[in-house]
Amino acid sequence: MCGIVGLFLKDPKLEPHLGAMLTDMLITMTDRGPDSAGIAIYGGAKDGLGKITIQSATPEKDFKDLDGDLHDAIGQPVTMLVKSTHAVLEVPLDQLDAARSALSHLRPGVKVMSAGDSIEIFKEVGLPKDVAARFEVAKMKGTHGIGHTRMATESAVTTMGAHPFSTGPDQCLVHNGSLSNHNGLRRELIRKGMTFETQNDTEVAAAYVSQKLKEGEDLGTALESGLEDLDGFYTFVVGTKNGFGVVRDPIACKPAVMAETDDYVAFGSEYRALVNLPGIENARVWEPEPATVYFWER
Amino acid sequence: MQTFDLGKEGLRALNSSLHALKGQTNMTAWEVINPKGAHAIAAGVDAPVDITVRGSTGYYCAGMNKQATIRIKGSAGPGVAENMMSGTVIIDGNASQYAGATGRGGLLVIKGNASSRCGVSMKGIDIVVHGSIGHMSAFMAQSGNLVVLGDAGDALGDSLYEARLFVRGSVKSLGADCIQKEMRPEHLALLADLLKRGEAADKARPEEFKRYGSARKLYNFNIDNASSY
Repeated sequence: MCGIVGLFLKDPKLEPHLGAMLTDMLITMTDRGPDSAGIAIYGGAKDGLGKITIQSATPEKDFKDLDGDLHDAIGQPVTMLVKSTHAVLEVPLDQLDAARSALSHLRPGVKVMSAGDSIEIFKEVGLPKDVAARFEVAKMKGTHGIGHTRMATESAVTTMGAHPFSTGPDQCLVHNGSLSNHNGLRRELIRKGMTFETQNDTEVAAAYVSQKLKEGEDLGTALESGLEDLDGFYTFVVGTKNGFGVVRDPIACKPAVMAETDDYVAFGSEYRALVNLPGIENARVWEPEPATVYFWER
Repeated sequence: MQTFDLGKEGLRALNSSLHALKGQTNMTAWEVINPKGAHAIAAGVDAPVDITVRGSTGYYCAGMNKQATIRIKGSAGPGVAENMMSGTVIIDGNASQYAGATGRGGLLVIKGNASSRCGVSMKGIDIVVHGSIGHMSAFMAQSGNLVVLGDAGDALGDSLYEARLFVRGSVKSLGADCIQKEMRPEHLALLADLLKRGEAADKARPEEFKRYGSARKLYNFNIDNASSY
């Protein structure tokens, strides 16, 4: 199964509540997948600063003095906010790549969850309510976000196997379904220079979209290309710095409901996830059509 | 009128109360409030009662219904009225995938649109959709009638047996072994009755529909048809 929720806010007045709204939606979807949960929040870019969200199995050891060590390595100011097993590092935007490369030497055990201007990803094994509480997601503000609760089918139940997957700057993807041609596609993407952290099928879909964006396609075109190249069952929800996209495979077995008002666009695997949103009674509610790309950009 | 607040009392209490109604009962009118997309609302009812659900429902609402009239004042999630035996289910909004799947009897009315696989493997149920239906509808449908006032998606009636399909609008494509058939007087009479019972008599006339059914070429395995299976 798996459960997906997503919110793309049009009304800035809702932005302080993004984390709380997404948390409520995700917890409602718990019985679609209790293995692991994750959330991507686009918190907005700060002038000239970039963010790297990292994860460690031994945070006490890995995060100790990491900001200072990274500062020494790149010669630029670094701030670090630790949240349980994750930490968000803020560095000058033009130092993102340098900081990532320094990180891999300074703390080889640390995994990068996401990097970019705006995105932060938190994901762990466990129930949505526990994962959301651990990272205080309900307190987070932002412009758009995506949440996922996983029932694993294709690969192990691990932190890195949880969704969302981020394979490019400010990009993320979550998936309900399973792909059948991911091994072949992974080999092709590796040849093109993409790197992979897991054996997971969804990571391949994320990397596929990132590769297309890197080649200059916009999000809509990249998702259209995916309809040709990705084989299997899928409902995908995709986030970029300014955008939010949805696509279902042509068979469309995996459920999806969307709602739109003047204030937001919302996605849920089931209508249940949407029932507490403001103004849902008068929202336009529909099921995304099979093999049809939907995306919104600000 | 029995009013049941699903938000307060919970699904199991609702369905236990409804399942306890056997044969004739004085409690014939029920109202369910705060459904909030919950699953299996009023599934497995077997009594001649009238149940109104005020809002949208999740998976399998009114599944296996016998005798009851169930009205959904909202939209219905996947598998609404799945395997219905008898009675009537009326949805004011849209229905998600596989509405009325495997239904053996009764009447399912969808006043909005139905998405994919509407009436899949239907076995005697009548389904009237005021709007349009999605792809693979009436797949392997065995008997009963599917009436669509709008359009049908891809692969309508794939591997169809003896169900009758009536579509007023366009059909994106017909599935394997499904063909258009002539509309004879008995079909017009059947359709007039279904439109009336489906609360659609003022929206469409029987003459506006086309009939689709099985070409009966896939009933038995035939090596010459291997590419169609």
